[in-house]
Amino acid sequence: MKIDKRQRDGATILDLQGRITIGEGDVALREAVLAAVGEGATNILLNMGRVRSIDSSGVGELVAAYTTVTNRGGKLRLFSMPKRVLGVLEITQLITVLDILEDEAEAVASLA
Amino acid sequence: MPEPVQQTIRLSIGSRYENIELVQAVLDETLESLPIDEETAYWMEIALREALTNAIKHGNGLDPEKKVDVCLAVGKSGIDITVEDQGSGFDPGAVADPLAPDNLLKTEGRGIFYMRKFMDKIDYDFGAGGGTKVRLHKKFDAPASSAEANQGGANED
Repeated sequence: MKIDKRQRDGATILDLQGRITIGEGDVALREAVLAAVGEGATNILLNMGRVRSIDSSGVGELVAAYTTVTNRGGKLRLFSMPKRVLGVLEITQLITVLDILEDEAEAVASLA
Repeated sequence: MPEPVQQTIRLSIGSRYENIELVQAVLDETLESLPIDEETAYWMEIALREALTNAIKHGNGLDPEKKVDVCLAVGKSGIDITVEDQGSGFDPGAVADPLAPDNLLKTEGRGIFYMRKFMDKIDYDFGAGGGTKVRLHKKFDAPASSAEANQGGANED
């Protein structure tokens, strides 16, 4: 799992690439989100466009990231979800909880 | 009655997450020769990863000395994947429903749910001496042999 961080219009965007699976991407995602929060980020966008796969541990980390950010009064949103990754979230009804946007422009605009 | 097994592959791995990749690679190669489409194979890989994660993490407690035994048994119209750990077992009926409103934001507890969703059948065996064996089954359309195909063609009138 490779994660690049950048800023856009007051949001911290994490570009995720690879798999969010146990022992690999799940830990990387947790550390990246905690680091961003630690640096004072309140609005965090996860670019899921290049995520190849996710398992239940990765889903758990997405939920943990969402809880961590929202409990601090911030917003965490996901965008550019690959169909299969979205499918994994759909069947556990997490699309009703997590904020999922179509693309980066829509995700950034949603923070305004 | 179970169908005859045409190919059996057995692996034994130490309880380390990185070994999941090894087993997945073997599954990928096995599925390539079967009439299973890419989409179905993708979901089967996730189901297997969940079974291996449970065995390594919850069954064997991440003890690298404890083994996880995996068997891929390919029949004419389905594949059985068994994953067996050396843990102390658990009660599948006691696993919380991840779709219950109170559980939606829990960070764990979705693995078995995904296995059930992505495979046609899963069941558990608990050995007398400990250990949990989960069996994942997936059906596929048996390819017609050339002889059967020819016979089928001759009978079409």
